Order: sequence, then structure tokens, then C-alpha cells
Amino acid sequence: MSPEFAIALSIVIPLVGAVLIGLCDRWPDLRETVTMITAGALFAVVVMILPQVASGERPELVLLELFPGLEIKFTVEPLGMLFALIASGLWIVTSIYSIGYMRGHEEENQTRFYVCFAIALAAAMGIAYSGNMLTLFICYEILTLSTYPLVTHAGTNEAMRAGRVYLGILIGTSIGFLLLGIIITWSIAGTLDFTQGGILTGKADGAVIGGLLLLYVFGIGKAALMPFHRWLPAAMVAPTPVSALLHAVAVVKAGVFTVLKVTVYIFGIDLLRDIDATIWLQYLAAATILISSLVAMTKDNLKARLAYSTISQLSYIVLGAMLVSQSSVIGGGMHIATHAFGKITLFFCAGAYMVAAHKTEISQLKGIGRVMPVTTGAFLIGSLSIIGLPPFGGLWSKWYLALGALEADKLIFVIVLLVSSLLNVAYLLPIPIRGFFGKADASDAPGGHSAHVSSGAGDSPIREAPLPCLIAITITSIGCVALFFFSDSIYELLKPIVAP
Amino acid sequence: MITEHFPALQIVIPLIAAPLCILLRWRNVPFGIALVATWSAFIISCLLLGQVMDQGIISYELGGWAAPWGIEYRIDAANAMVLLIVSGIGSVVVPYTRNSMLLEYIHERHYMFYSAYLLCLTGLMGVAITGDAFNLFVFLEISSLSSYVLISLGFDRRALTAAYQYLVLGTIGATFIVIGIGLLYHATGSLNMLDISQRLEINGYDRTVVAAFAFITVGTLLKLALFPLHLWLPDAYTYAPSSVSAFLAATATKVAVYVLLRFFFTIFGAEFSFETLPSGPPLMALAIIAMFTGSFVAIFQENIKRMLAYSSVAQIGYMILGVSLVTVNGVAATVLHLFNHALIKGGLFLAMGCIYFRISSHHIDNFAGLGRRMPLTMAAFVVGGLSLIGVPLTAGFISKWQFVLAALDRDLWWVAALLMMSSLLAVVYVWRVVEQAYFRSPPAGSEAVTEAPTSLLIPTWVLVGANIYFGIETELPLTVSRMAARALLGTQ
Repeated sequence: MSPEFAIALSIVIPLVGAVLIGLCDRWPDLRETVTMITAGALFAVVVMILPQVASGERPELVLLELFPGLEIKFTVEPLGMLFALIASGLWIVTSIYSIGYMRGHEEENQTRFYVCFAIALAAAMGIAYSGNMLTLFICYEILTLSTYPLVTHAGTNEAMRAGRVYLGILIGTSIGFLLLGIIITWSIAGTLDFTQGGILTGKADGAVIGGLLLLYVFGIGKAALMPFHRWLPAAMVAPTPVSALLHAVAVVKAGVFTVLKVTVYIFGIDLLRDIDATIWLQYLAAATILISSLVAMTKDNLKARLAYSTISQLSYIVLGAMLVSQSSVIGGGMHIATHAFGKITLFFCAGAYMVAAHKTEISQLKGIGRVMPVTTGAFLIGSLSIIGLPPFGGLWSKWYLALGALEADKLIFVIVLLVSSLLNVAYLLPIPIRGFFGKADASDAPGGHSAHVSSGAGDSPIREAPLPCLIAITITSIGCVALFFFSDSIYELLKPIVAP
Repeated sequence: MITEHFPALQIVIPLIAAPLCILLRWRNVPFGIALVATWSAFIISCLLLGQVMDQGIISYELGGWAAPWGIEYRIDAANAMVLLIVSGIGSVVVPYTRNSMLLEYIHERHYMFYSAYLLCLTGLMGVAITGDAFNLFVFLEISSLSSYVLISLGFDRRALTAAYQYLVLGTIGATFIVIGIGLLYHATGSLNMLDISQRLEINGYDRTVVAAFAFITVGTLLKLALFPLHLWLPDAYTYAPSSVSAFLAATATKVAVYVLLRFFFTIFGAEFSFETLPSGPPLMALAIIAMFTGSFVAIFQENIKRMLAYSSVAQIGYMILGVSLVTVNGVAATVLHLFNHALIKGGLFLAMGCIYFRISSHHIDNFAGLGRRMPLTMAAFVVGGLSLIGVPLTAGFISKWQFVLAALDRDLWWVAALLMMSSLLAVVYVWRVVEQAYFRSPPAGSEAVTEAPTSLLIPTWVLVGANIYFGIETELPLTVSRMAARALLGTQ
């Protein structure tokens, strides 16, 4: 198969899958089979492109030309390759998980759910492969729109309100800032192609470049940099598989991925090094890391805590991009992978608690480890990976980020990363620890919700989540460990993007 | 050769067809006549545009009387484009009228409808094609009078007051224009546009010319409904029959914008209009206010047709903004948006007509659940809405792109930012409809609603499809609009 064909297939497969899933509305088993086959086929096609990209080729597919020099086209480069691999690979796992979750939860409109999921994946693939800023923008907007029905899945007034916040911030920032930035870039540089070393060098003075950078970074609302982060906690009303794959992996990673791409291929890291705006954004990212970690501590709702944790972790990547040193950019790229595995595990666990034990608040989870040992064990693994301890993948991305901060002579950001890791410990680890060692009887625990005492939970037998959920959780937990051992292959893949 | 007489045929065919509709009023004959007349006008305008692009300006002396004494039809890229817009929309809407009238109780007077429709088309094309200032006024009146008739045909009784209001304000506008033309005649002794502009350059611009400029500008702004002279527009578009709203929204204001361009750039000249007289800043200010008030008011409309009408007020703001930049890029963006917005609003109003045909209401509450019940119609509405917002791969995006680039060319960063902000308002009002149609279930006990008839869907989708087509194949509109802007500004 030629790589061009594989590119086309990776976008067409999920779209065809969406149509087929829609047609299988009446036969849930067939529908889920189609989802699994689509996800599997997509991943297989994406993997097929990998060898070429790893060997330095940049396969390209031009779809159509809007004006002279402005095309809709797809080019696969290492960063996009990594993002596509993660999104498509985790889609398989999430599909397994969804089967258990959606049925266990007896959700309505399941067909619409699977259809939108498939379209969202097609958009994510488009973002990963986009060859210029306009293509990326189009796919970015499709991703926003296709995830809206997933966010408002419950159809309640609360969900609709959350949906408006979601759309309002994401569409607002993308049209108000990002599209404006794109048109300005076009008018300055005369091209929007992602080019090694950037396209803006020598085209405008520092103030203009700085303003443009702000338009881009704030325009990419999906990166959830404060103060445009509110949509992510709002999106947590969605069913948990959506929060897991889209709001811990595909959508938010699409945001930070775009930030990295813009940094590397539109501005070029050499150009950004001397701009004031870069420094402001470094501090803003650091502030986001710390503030949202603190906010996370105050949240008793498990998904809300994880959402704020995601905001904090996303800013690691923004910080990595804004530090504009080689290691920090690579670290940012790696963090896309390691955080994806860690956070999706945590969300899967959160969903499992919801399905099996109907618990959504952290204070209800004391002693849950004795009822759901596998889930709670996986939660521990995911937490440790997010914190960045060996032998989990999270270590390496933090390592390179810290290294990048040192390369840039910014010791303060190393300290920020360390403090943030401590905060991670403080808001994540108590959950599995109390789960294993805490007493389920809430009246014993200080501050426990006596209203939620579940009769006889203390010595009840093991009642785990449905089997598909457990399989998915196990796979991603293993992934967290595997990333620790295979991090150098990611490093090798990403190295060319910052090659001078 | 017949091709030489295309400029005359362009006008004469629909003009003769109009009384024929009344004379041959049996059954479907008027419809057939209208169909043939509009489509032949469309074909001729396509051929004329081709000729202009190949050979440059076409000058046609009516009845063989030489200009400046006789009436000259003078076609460059700008009016060829306007002719194409008017005749194109006119011919797509005709097949739509037949079924949509059934419901709106104008069926028994269908021959009068077609007669008025053809006269309106004649008038609008005449305004565009003529090179004679007084002739322009005559055609403007033909189109205005027939459009008052068309609007008053609306089923809702408020259509009568809407038409009357438009009649009063439209007549004031037309009177201002004719006063301005009279003053120009007094100052130069000529009515031929080209001749006037040459004589003005020689004679100089005295106070009479300034007065003429003021009268013509205000009169035209009234006709094209720039804020705050837009008051006639929302009622007129809301209460007119669906097909008439689509036709007028897509053509009438566009032709008025063309008149403004013609007077500003060809007759008075950009130097007088924008340097001697400071027209640029006030026009820009009004345009921006129109962009925001129009969109803002649209957000709060319960009647979706009225919402689209207010959105037109905002879109007219965009067009005038392009004019006020006084650059080739700005004017090209305006001409391009004349074209794209005609496709957008034409498609949207036709989709509204499909919805009205089934639910007999324009109220947003009745849109609940329509996404499932009328999937093709609502899909058309969504695509039209996306194009209105300016989403990539639609025609609206190309316009927006050109407007922002034109603003950036003049280093007007804040204007570019305002353009993006106002399109966010468009997101809001389009989204309201989408949310209602797709994410709300229909109220319990409501009647079953089915998809609109094919005869309505095809014209709707032709225009909506054109939005996508010209959002991807941008070469033709971009080239022609650029040629038009060069012709108007007199630069090569």
C-alpha cells in the first residue's frame, strides 16, 4: 500500500465506520462489532505508515486547492505520527471499554454515541496528518462539532448548559483568535505549510510575531491554557468513555499537539527564543500547572479532579513548547503519549467505579480497593505514571521537560515541575491508598458522607466492573509500564523535528 | 450576429415576457414563460460574462443612437458579475415558486405574480447593465415598484404594512437618487455615466456636484439598507412569500450595492468620493455598527426568517466595509461577497420556505426535532448557516478570508479582529437553530412532519450546493471580482 493511500484510508475508514455504525442502529451487537473492526483497521493502517515516517520520509496527500498556494493537504511527520498512533490505538481500547460501560450504564442513544465517536476520530486523524494550518483548522473545528453531541449526551439541561460552555469557548477562541492568526500568517508569509524551521523567520518584526504567537496559543482553546480552560471541566458531563478518550486524549491532545506544531513548524524554535511573548507564555503555563493542581485538590467529584489534573498536565506540554529548547519540545511530544496512557487509565477507573459501585465522589471511595481490587490497582499505576515515578512512562517526559528547562537556563521551571509532581502526589495518591486501606464505613472516617453509607460494603465480596472495562483498564495500565521501557523509540521518532 | 445583441436581449426578453404572462394566463403557461425567460436571461448573462472576460468592456448603443445622446449599455466585469447573480438566482427560484405558492394562497393570481417577478428581474438587471444614469433610475423604479407588489403578496396580513413601509422608504431613496442625478445633469449636461465622469474631471467638482453626491449616497444607502437606514428590510423580508424573500434578499440589496460602487468609483471617481470628501471613515463606522447590531439583534429573534433578515443587515455591513477600504482588495472582497452572499441567503431563505411549507411557521419553538423529520431541508439550512458564519470549504469562508486580508493590507488590525468577532455572533444565531432542530425532541402530540417536496428541495440544494462548490472552486469568483474591482477603480 502506498503511503498516500494509507493517509487517505486513515481518514476514510472512521468515516465509513460512522456510516456503517449508523446503519446498524437496530442490532447493537453488530454495531459494536463494526466499531471494533473500524478501530482495528484504522490502527493497522496508521501503523503501516510508521516505518516510512521513522525512516525520514514525509508522505503527502494533496486533496484540493482553494487558492493558488493554499491547499487542503495532509503530510505525515513524526509528531503527527505519534499523535495518530496514540489516538487510533487507544480508540480500540476505548471501544472495548465502551461496550461494558454503555451497556452497564444503560445509556440511551448509543448509536449516535458511536457514530460521533468515529467522526471525532476521523477529525483527530485529520489534525494529526494535516499538512498546513488551514487543514488543521478545518479538522480542529470538525472535532469540536462532532464531540458536542457526546458532551450533551445525557440531554439534561445541565448537559446542554455544559455543551454551550464547551462550544462557546472552543469555537469562540478558534474563530476569534486562531483563524485571525492564520489569516495574518497567510498575509505575512504567503504560505501556511508546516515547514521545518518555520515560515515566519524574517517576515515580520518581534512585536508582530509576539502578538501572533498569543493569537495562536490562546486561539487553540483545546490546549486549555488558563483562562480558557473552563470547557474541560464542563465537558465532564459526558459519558466516561468520552471523557477518557476525547477529553484526556484525542481532543485535548489535539490542542497541545497543535501548539507544538505551530511552535516547531510555523514559528520555528529559533525565531521564538528571543520573543517576549514566549516568556510570558512560559509563566502563564507554569501558573496554569500550579493553579489547576491546587483546584484539583478541592474537587471531591472524581471526574472533576481528573479534569483539573488534565488542565495542569496539558500545560506541561505548552510549557515544553514555549521553552523552545530541543529537549523540552521532545519532552512535550513524549508527554502527549505518556499522559495519554496515564490519564485514560484513571478515567477508565473512574467510569468503572461509576458503573460497578455507582460512586462518583472521592469521599465515597474509601475501602473500594477491597471491592474492586483490579480497578483500584490500575488507578494506582495510572497515578504513579502521572506523578512521574519509575517504572512508568511519565518519568521520561518529565525528565526531558526538566532537561529542556535547564537547556533554556530556566531553573525556575524545573522547580515548578517538581512542585507540581508533589501536588500530583497530594491529589492523586490518597484515592487508591484510602481505597485499599481506608475503612468503607463512612461514619468512621473524618468528614465522610454518612448519607452514603452502603450497607455491608465492608465485608462484601468482590464486585468488579464489567469484563470489557477490566480488559481495557488492564491494557492501558500495561501501556503505562511499557512506555517506561520503550521511551527511546519515541525519542528517536521525535528527534528529527527539532534537528537544526 | 445575435451575440452582438446580447446586452439588449438580456433586458428585452424578461421585459416582453412579463405582459405575456398576463395575456396567456391559462394553467401553467405563465410559469412556463417565466421559466424560459429567466433561464434564457441566465444563459445570456453567462455568455456576456465570458465575453467580458475575453474581450474586455462591451459597449452597446441602444437603437443605434450613439452615446452620450443615446442610451448606452456598458458592461464590464463588475456589472457582468451582478447580472450573473441576479439572473442566476432569478432562474433558480422560478421552479421553486410553483409549489411554494400553493400554500401561500397566491395561487389563483399566479400570472400576476410571474408578471411582477419578471418585471422585478428586468428592473434589477437593467440597473446593472445600463451605462446611463437616468436609465438606471428608471430601471430602479421598475424593480422597486414590482418588488412592493411581490412583498405584499405574502400570506400574513402584515405583508401589506411591510410593503407599504418599504414603498415609502424606497420611494424616498429613489427620489434622492433622481434628485442627485438631476443635479449631476445640471452640473455636466450629460446623463451618460462615462461622459459625466469625464466632464466632471474637466469642469471640476463644484458645490452642485457635492450636493448630488450627498443625495445619491443617502438614497443608495437607503436602498441597500445600511444601518441606520435598514428599517424597511426586516419586515419586508419576513412577511414576503418565501420565494420572494429568497429572490429579493439575494438580489435587490446586491444591485443597490453595485449602484453605490458605480457612482462612487466610476462616476464621481475614488479621488473625489474618498479624498476630497471624507466618505471612508463614516462608511466604515456605519458598516461596523451594522455588522454588530444586525448580528446582535438577529440572536434574539424568535422568528427565524426575521433572524435571517437581520443577518442580512449585518452582511451588508461587510460589503460596505470592503468599499470603505478603497483598495482593489477591499472592493474585490465586496464584489465577491455580493456573489457569495447571494448564494448563502438565497439558499437559506429557500430552506426556510421548505420548512414553512411543512410546519406553517417560522417560529424557533416549532423547529424542535426538525433535524430528524426534515433531514434534507435542515442539512441545507446547516450548510447555508456554516457558509454564513464563514466556515472553511464554504463560499462564505472565501469572502471572509478576502475581507480580513483586505483589512490587513491597510494595516487595520482592529478591523480584522472585529470581522472575526462579528462572525462569532453569526455562530450564535445559527447555532440556536441547530440546537433546536437537532438536539431537542419535538413537543409531544405535535403533528407528523415529513420532508419537503422534491420540487422545493432541488432549487434549495442547487443554491446550497453552490456554496460548497464555490467554497472549493474559488478561481472563477476570485478572478472576476478582482477584474471587477480593477475596472471600478480604474487600475490595471
